[in-house]
Amino acid sequence: MDMMVSSPTPPKSYLVDPPGLRSWLLTRDHKRIGLMFLAVISASLALGATFALLIRTELTFPGPTIVSTGHIYNRLFTLHGTIMIFLFIIPSMPASLGNFVLPLMLGAKDVAFPRLNLASLYLYVGGLIFFLLVLVLGGVDTGWTFYAPYSTSTAAPVVLAVVGVFILGFSSIFTGINFLVTIHTMRPPGMGWFRMPLFLWALYGTAIIQVLATPILAITLLLLAVERTVGIGIFDPALGGDPILFQHFFWFYSHPAVYIMILPAMGIVTEVICVFSRKHIFGYKFIAYSSLAIALIGFLVWGHHMFVSGQSPLVGMIFSALTFAVAIPSAIKVFNWLATMYKGSIGLAPPMCFSLMFIALFGIGGLTGLFLGSLVTNVHVHDTAFVVAHFHYTMAGGALMGFLAGLYYWWPKMTGRMYNLAQGQISAVLIFVGFNFTYFPQFIVGSRGMPRRYFDYTRLLDTHPEFTFYQILSTAGGFLFVGGLVMVAFVLLRSLFVGRKAPANPWGAATLEWQCSSPPPHENPPAPANVGDCYVFDDFCFDESAQGYVKVP
Amino acid sequence: MFAALDSIWHVGLPFAQTDGFWLPGAATTDPAMDRVFYLILVICSLLFLLVVGLMTFFLVRYRRLPGRKAEKTATQNILLEATWTVIPVVIVGVIFYQGFVAYMRMQTAPPGCYDLRVSARQWAWQFIYPNGHIDDNLHVPAGEPVRLTMTSEDVIHGLWIPALRVKMDVVPGRYTSVWFRADKPGAYDLLCTEYCGDEHSSMLATVEVQTREDYDAWLKDAANYLKTLPPAEAGKLLYKRRGCAQCHSTDGTAGTGPSFLGIFGKSQKMADGRSVIIDDNYIRESILEPQAKIVAGYQPVMSTYKGLVSDDDITALIEFIKSLSKKSPLRAPTHSVDRGEGQGVGK
Repeated sequence: MDMMVSSPTPPKSYLVDPPGLRSWLLTRDHKRIGLMFLAVISASLALGATFALLIRTELTFPGPTIVSTGHIYNRLFTLHGTIMIFLFIIPSMPASLGNFVLPLMLGAKDVAFPRLNLASLYLYVGGLIFFLLVLVLGGVDTGWTFYAPYSTSTAAPVVLAVVGVFILGFSSIFTGINFLVTIHTMRPPGMGWFRMPLFLWALYGTAIIQVLATPILAITLLLLAVERTVGIGIFDPALGGDPILFQHFFWFYSHPAVYIMILPAMGIVTEVICVFSRKHIFGYKFIAYSSLAIALIGFLVWGHHMFVSGQSPLVGMIFSALTFAVAIPSAIKVFNWLATMYKGSIGLAPPMCFSLMFIALFGIGGLTGLFLGSLVTNVHVHDTAFVVAHFHYTMAGGALMGFLAGLYYWWPKMTGRMYNLAQGQISAVLIFVGFNFTYFPQFIVGSRGMPRRYFDYTRLLDTHPEFTFYQILSTAGGFLFVGGLVMVAFVLLRSLFVGRKAPANPWGAATLEWQCSSPPPHENPPAPANVGDCYVFDDFCFDESAQGYVKVP
Repeated sequence: MFAALDSIWHVGLPFAQTDGFWLPGAATTDPAMDRVFYLILVICSLLFLLVVGLMTFFLVRYRRLPGRKAEKTATQNILLEATWTVIPVVIVGVIFYQGFVAYMRMQTAPPGCYDLRVSARQWAWQFIYPNGHIDDNLHVPAGEPVRLTMTSEDVIHGLWIPALRVKMDVVPGRYTSVWFRADKPGAYDLLCTEYCGDEHSSMLATVEVQTREDYDAWLKDAANYLKTLPPAEAGKLLYKRRGCAQCHSTDGTAGTGPSFLGIFGKSQKMADGRSVIIDDNYIRESILEPQAKIVAGYQPVMSTYKGLVSDDDITALIEFIKSLSKKSPLRAPTHSVDRGEGQGVGK
């Protein structure tokens, strides 16, 4: 059944070899590190989603609903944002799925720096502990953006939160360095740059941003902490600082960071669409180069968060033009995906469902970005629920859907168990319907006059009585959306107990990670002497006895 | 070329309704933003239908069926790639140009603007009129260009008037400005859109667009209240106009700060354990040095009004707070009030 592992006694899986808790905690195996990352990241997602539901429930009706004051509500949205961004989306795909898959896709023994990889996991846990401390101490109320001088003057434990983000930043940098070096130096003979699976191009672009942009966030937050603790005036005008400087520093990281979140998702969608359409990827080089283009142009657009901050109209014009430029590579990817599906044989297993949902939802997210990139419309919708809807369509509709597609795709490889496909499809439908009910109404209330980060909208109802209706829709959708996520967890965890054993290659993919057993052995199998085109599926035929695809020589 | 670009301007026009589904009613007859908004909406909707339509069609047409295999098609085509690169470039180019032109019109104030000053603080707006009057609502004459020059006393705030399609951050330590011409008399919302703390969502005001005559009459009248009204009533106006009301209720409900109802003359427990009688001097101190004595159970979040209120203002506020305790059975001892009044005026 398995071409790579044909020794008489197949080696034990990485899950049990070597055995024992200690071997897990001190492991340098990228597969185990990836799996442990998946566990802690999922816990963070659950925490972030809990805060999301509290926010939604509060906003269902005008006036205090479940929390009594803005004082508490502001902590809810701050924790939701910081947890989702720094603890979930940024590490989600690179550190968990990427870590597991990258060396296997290259046929490499491990990442270039296995110890650094483990350090990255422990730094993540360290950052998580800081966030839990912040939570115990009553939370922070600055928003995930930490804008000065509010963040330098509020009584909340901002320094603790900032140190947490600082530590998480290094976790992200370590992952990025590892991926860059691994991709540069450990590709097998015969796998040139343009033979690599496109997921690796996406991870490569992501790693460039992680390594180059994250230090800017680190130094910015350090300056913020210094200003708060010893009163050196950097951002607070009362101390001679400049609050707009903070925004430039912050977005110089945080805009590229949204591409840390979306690029790996695009990579996953690329792999999944080819495999489930049984088609060679269309326009390989254009997809590969568009990942790099997004990574590079992404560095030059941060000022579009600041069109109404008081920066000059000339600067605004330049950032607006550059912002439109970054839309092009994303559009190129989408059209190439569609061309790949053309005349394919399209199967709708859960990974494909989530990839198609990615195209539709990220499509709405990207297209509504045109309203925000255009100067005059940005002025009207800036800091409203419209922006909230836009970035949730890109980050949750894009990055989260990509993550779930990847999770469903590689789950059999990671755990060695197949989940129930029909249940996976139902979870996709729940999430799709719930998601749109949650966020689409927010476009409408936002452009009609509902600001973001508003605890109470009672006084807006005189002119906008319709707001309550849309907020109720949004909250109902939110619960359905989270219900769908709970179902994903149920479907996957259930497979561990009752799922049938996964074949080596359940989807018929041609990339190297599927050519070894599920789950893989402790020692990654080496790449074959002649690495072929990873998007040619002709040789893979479905084998009834194995319930998976086998390679026909 | 620019003429062609300008004609695209009109694409959004048939869809542009002020007070339509997507945008609130406008107070200006030329909401340049609306046309661009609806232009983008049309383009977005068409592109979305194209992508999702193609996707759905392929999904149905090429669904996996027993016995049917994927067909081999070309794996790259430079002409196709060029097509779906160049067309989006042109589309976003048009959107960029339209957005930029309308933005510059919005940014460039015409000569002879009527100038007002805006000062923002946690969590109140203060609109400063040419004759020195300070109000918590923005009154503007209709049909005239008005420019607001804004600054903040504490953190960053954001001024948004949805009906006028203008928004600008209000930043401490520097001045920002917006200009607009409101044509239709009426009352419109003004909101804070840059997150600024506990009472961010209470930081609202009304824009009163009035005819020139109404505006002039209002301004003349409004500037006078300290001299014409009894102190307690003047204090009530100050209470509403200077941002006290956002945190201190007059009906006994606790807000970000304690309620003013029935507190005068009472003994209050402070955060540091002391008990303090709420008298004239305590109120004066709390206005000028809010952090000095914090009532137990509240956060030290109020910023000082030192230099922002006159002694007469403080006296009026004290009288107003005192008037909220008149019906209370636990009225303050007379001597305390006498002593307080003597020093509170501070003359």
